[in-house]
Amino acid sequence: MVMSKGAEKARGKGDREDEKNKLIFSNTNTILLDIIVRYSLLVAALLTTLAIIIIAYSLISESWSFFLHIPMDKFLFGDRWAAFFDDKSFGVLPLLAGTVLTTAVALSLAIPIGIGSAIFLSEYASSSLRRIVKPILEILAGIPTVVYGYFALYFITPNLQSFIPDLATYNALAAGLAMGVMIIPTIASLSEDAFYAVPQSLKAAGYALGARKSTVVMRIIIPYTLSAIVAIVILGIGRAVGETMIVTIAAGLKPTLTLNPFESVMTMTSAIAQAATGDAPRGTIEYTSLFAVALYLFVIVAILNLLSSYLKKRWEIKV
Amino acid sequence: MSMSISKEEVIGVEKSKIKGKGVVISEYGLQFYVLISICIGVMVLTVLLVNITLNGIDRLNANLFFNYASSNVNEAGMRAAILGSLYTVVFAIAIALPLGIATGLYLNEYGGNNIVTRLIYSTLTNLAGIPSVIFGLVALSFLSYNLGLGRSIIVGSIALAFLVLPLITVTTIESARMVPATHRLAAYALGARKYQVVFKVVLPQIIPTALTSSILALSRAMGEAAPILVISGLIFVRRDPLSLFDEFTVMPLQIYNWVSRPQQAFIELSAAGIIVLLIILLTLNVLAIYLRNRLQRRIVE
Repeated sequence: MVMSKGAEKARGKGDREDEKNKLIFSNTNTILLDIIVRYSLLVAALLTTLAIIIIAYSLISESWSFFLHIPMDKFLFGDRWAAFFDDKSFGVLPLLAGTVLTTAVALSLAIPIGIGSAIFLSEYASSSLRRIVKPILEILAGIPTVVYGYFALYFITPNLQSFIPDLATYNALAAGLAMGVMIIPTIASLSEDAFYAVPQSLKAAGYALGARKSTVVMRIIIPYTLSAIVAIVILGIGRAVGETMIVTIAAGLKPTLTLNPFESVMTMTSAIAQAATGDAPRGTIEYTSLFAVALYLFVIVAILNLLSSYLKKRWEIKV
Repeated sequence: MSMSISKEEVIGVEKSKIKGKGVVISEYGLQFYVLISICIGVMVLTVLLVNITLNGIDRLNANLFFNYASSNVNEAGMRAAILGSLYTVVFAIAIALPLGIATGLYLNEYGGNNIVTRLIYSTLTNLAGIPSVIFGLVALSFLSYNLGLGRSIIVGSIALAFLVLPLITVTTIESARMVPATHRLAAYALGARKYQVVFKVVLPQIIPTALTSSILALSRAMGEAAPILVISGLIFVRRDPLSLFDEFTVMPLQIYNWVSRPQQAFIELSAAGIIVLLIILLTLNVLAIYLRNRLQRRIVE
């Protein structure tokens, strides 16, 4: 009797505990809710995949109607781009040359300066100095690209012209340099993260052998992070290739098949932007040609992304 | 026989093992190089801000905020562009924030190492790498023409939303990872179901980061000109946008319009427009940092 009373009491207490828990985690239809929540989150996540599918579908279907009129080899290997002239020609090579040229200028500035800044921040700067310098780089990263375009056209170009007299008003050099400045923070902060990931024991081993800081940087940190640095540089190339406003404002919108940075050029992105400012009515060949250019750009960027994430994976495995 | 090694021997080891081969750069050389590198970034920012301020300060007046675009430079303002930016960007975040948080929560809380999760991860990295002008072109083709939404604010918002989605998702994943496993286990021990753990344990703790990342996304979206240029065209808007289906222009686009005019007065006006844009963006960034510090402190308490 006594025992069962005690057990009853205990059960009663247990019920009350359950009541309390119900207040926090109410149990009505929770299994169903659990499933609903799980799958609605999944649907939301799959929307990003849907977005990529829509992007690829739009680019391919509009390009398809372009390639019905213009053979693909005339597009890929043609050396004249004149979408809005009476005498139309859709050779993408001049645009590709413009993109390659501005990207090359941008990266030849951004890679050395970005990596140098990263070495400074991770190895030389005191933590108080880093707290001042890092936000400055972050501001540089947050400046809109139209502002860089303005800066390239009305500051960099006039200053360059004072010692390069035959520099065109609109030129690939100034646009590329502004683009390089834009990419510096990306390369700097990603490389800095990579440098921090170098095991302290390796650096300490170097110093224990009597190496100077410069030797540790050049012999231990840089070789160790090399594949990460290559991945970061490829990411930078991707950003430079896709940059639109700087080249639209400062590089000249003139499709030229050249690798001379003093000349005016048109890039793949600025060809798309220029068509938007003028008129390319829907369904015309000028309109669909933009999608062919965009598809080409999309493929280039996708390859760069794949390469970069492959290298990053290798680097992460090593760490 | 002694264990001690002479100084010469140590230096010999250093010379042979460390200075033996490959690129050799002197200590001062490297210091000089990294110092120059960091100075270039800082200097360019200073020169850029000073240059724009000097050029634009004279044109910075109330007209800029309250007048519509005009071919008369003394009357021209960017009222329609400011409102257009505001509507487009706020609506873009309203789409991207819930979507980004949901995606991040799914990937971190539900996604194991299966094919669906890997698919979503790889789409996210790809989405982040696509040039913004392509978002504009696809939005124009698919949303404006195929779905018949026209060259309107809502199309711009959707394009910008998917542009900043990877940013919001990645920060959500990172902050959800920071939630200690013990919190989740404690909730499970109390009999909670998974969705209750996600919504009552994880979600409240990632709100500060979500807020910060959404403000940063807001400022990123506000500076984007290329996709909006393709979607809206370079049109002359002389009235306030009334609905989400109205045609529109945004601040960076108005600035681009002024930059590309030949008259000196319009170039000065574009510098003034840039000052306004930069002040707004800077305020947003400061706000993000302030909110992050404040809310994080509260959660620790």
